[in-house]
Amino acid sequence: MNAVLIIIATATLVTAVMAMAGKNLLHSVLLLACSWAGVAGFFLWAGAQFVAFAQILIYIGAISMVVLFAVLLTRRSRDEAMPATASRSRKPYAVIVGAAVAAVLLAVVADWPASPSAPPPPPETVRRIGVELMGAYAPALLVVGALLTVALVGAVVLASVDRPGGSEDTQ
Amino acid sequence: MNPCPSGTQQHFLERAPVLLRDWITSFLPGSTRWLADSLIDIASILAVFGLLFAFLTLAERKVLGRVQNRPGPNRTGWMGLLQPFADGIKMLTKEDVVPRAADPVLHFLAPVALLAFSILTFAVIPFGRNLVPLDLDAGVLYFFAAGSATELAIFMAGWASHNKYALFAAMRALAQLISYELPLLLSFVPVVLATGSLSPTGIVAAQAGWRWGAVPNWLVFTPWGAAGFAIFMISALAESNRSPFDLPEAESELIAGHLTEYSGFKYALFFMAEYFGMCALSGMAVTLFLGGWHAPLPVLEIIPSYAWFAAKLLVLLAGFIWIRATLPRLRMDQLTKLAWKFLVPLALINLGTTAFWTLTHPWEGPLQLLRWGVALGLVLIPPVLLGRGLSSGLGPRRYRYA
Repeated sequence: MNAVLIIIATATLVTAVMAMAGKNLLHSVLLLACSWAGVAGFFLWAGAQFVAFAQILIYIGAISMVVLFAVLLTRRSRDEAMPATASRSRKPYAVIVGAAVAAVLLAVVADWPASPSAPPPPPETVRRIGVELMGAYAPALLVVGALLTVALVGAVVLASVDRPGGSEDTQ
Repeated sequence: MNPCPSGTQQHFLERAPVLLRDWITSFLPGSTRWLADSLIDIASILAVFGLLFAFLTLAERKVLGRVQNRPGPNRTGWMGLLQPFADGIKMLTKEDVVPRAADPVLHFLAPVALLAFSILTFAVIPFGRNLVPLDLDAGVLYFFAAGSATELAIFMAGWASHNKYALFAAMRALAQLISYELPLLLSFVPVVLATGSLSPTGIVAAQAGWRWGAVPNWLVFTPWGAAGFAIFMISALAESNRSPFDLPEAESELIAGHLTEYSGFKYALFFMAEYFGMCALSGMAVTLFLGGWHAPLPVLEIIPSYAWFAAKLLVLLAGFIWIRATLPRLRMDQLTKLAWKFLVPLALINLGTTAFWTLTHPWEGPLQLLRWGVALGLVLIPPVLLGRGLSSGLGPRRYRYA
C-alpha cells in the first residue's frame, strides 16, 4: 500500500516542480493539471472517493480552464516571455505568503495524532459532507465562494486591459 | 414501491454474460481471476461500443441520406454495411501530417487523452442486472469528472496545432463545453436529491417496480424528472458537440475547428471520442431518468435486462441523429445565451421543484392532486415565461420582396 502512496506522491511533486520550473506557460498549466490529478489519486488511495472525483471535476475540469483562459487572454503572443521585472519586486510577498501557508500546513500536520491504523471510513460520507458544509463549515464555504468570485473578476480585469496602439491579432 | 418480482429466480439469458465470464475465468488460477475479470470487462466494452460506433456512423449517414432524399452509402457490401470498415482502412492508411511548428508531444497526446477520458466514462454505467464494470459509491460524480477532463484534451488539440483557427475553435469549444456543463450537472443533482444516492446502481435500484402495476417508477415519469431529462439531453447534445450545437467543429463553415491540423487516424480518433461521449451520455441519461435496465412492464421482464438497456440507448441515439437531420446550427451568441439565460435558471428551478416533490412525499388523497398540480406548474410555467421574455423583440421576421 505504501508503494502506491510513494508513486502518487512522487508523480504529484515531480509534475508540480516541472510546472514551476518550465518556461512554457501552457505546458506548466497542463503539468499543474497532472499534479492536481495526483492529489485526486491520493484522495482515492485514502478511500475518499467523493473528494477525489470532486477534485478532478473542479480542479481539472474547471480551475485549469480558468487558468488557461487567463493565460491565453492576457498574453500577446505565443512566445512572449514571462514578465520578469514585475515578478522580482513581488518576491517578498511571495515568500511571506508561501511561509504563511507552509506554517499553517505544518501546524496541522504536527497536531495530527500519529495513529498507524486509519479508522474505517464512516458510512454515508456524502450526506455527512453535505451536513457539515451546511452547518459547521458554512462560513468557510462562503469564504471559498467569495474567493472564487474574486478570482473570476480578477481574470476579467486582467483580460480587459486596454493596450493603446495594440494591434488586433495576437498570433 | 413494489420489490422486483423476479429478484431470486433469474432467467438463464439474464445471467448469461456473467456466467460466460465466470466460465472463461474458471480456467485461470484464483489469484489472477480479478485481473482477468477486469480485462474481460474492458475488452467487452471496447468491442461492443467500438462496433456500435462503427455502425452508428453508418446509421447516421443512412438516416441523414434518407432525410435528404438520397440513398446514403450503398456501394460497400450489402446495403453499404461494410462502409465503416472501409472508412477505417482509409483512415489508417492516410498520411499523418503534423505541422512543423506544432508542439509534437501535445499534438500527439490530445486525441489519445480525449479518447481515453471518453472510454473511462463507460466504467460506471450499469448495462444490466449485475453488469456494471465498476460499482463506485460516487459513480455519477466519477462519470462527470472523467467527462470534464476531455475539455483539457480539446484545448491541447487546439493549442498544440499552432494554428490560429484551431486555437480560436478550441476557445470556442471550451466556452461551449463549460457553459453546458453547468446545466448538465444541475440536471442530475435532483436525481441525487430524490434517490439519495450517487451510485448509478443505487439510482437504478430506486427506479425499480411499478406504480398501479403498469406505470414504471422511472424518474422521467415525475414532473421534475421529465424536466430534468429534457435539460440533460439538451446539454448532452451540446457536450458531445452534436448538431445543432456542433460549432466546435462545424465542418461546412468553420474549417473543422480544433481538428484543422489533424489528419488520418488521429482525425478519426476525435470522431470516435465524440461518438463514445454521445453513447456514454445517453447511457447515463438512461441510467438517471429512464430506469436503467428495468423493463417497462412486469410481463416484459423475460427479455434480459441488458437488452432493455440497449433498446433505450438506441432510441436515444436515434433521437440524436434525428435532431441532427432536423435542426439548423445555432450561432455562438445564441448558444451561450441558451445555456446561461435559459437552461441554468430552469435547472435551478427544477432543483426547487424536486425539493418540494421530496418533501411532499407523504401527502395522500386530494393533497396528491395538489402535489402534482404544483409540481407540473413549477415545471411548465417557467420555461414558457422565460422563453417569452428572452425571445420578445426577436418576433417572427417579416420578409419583404421587391
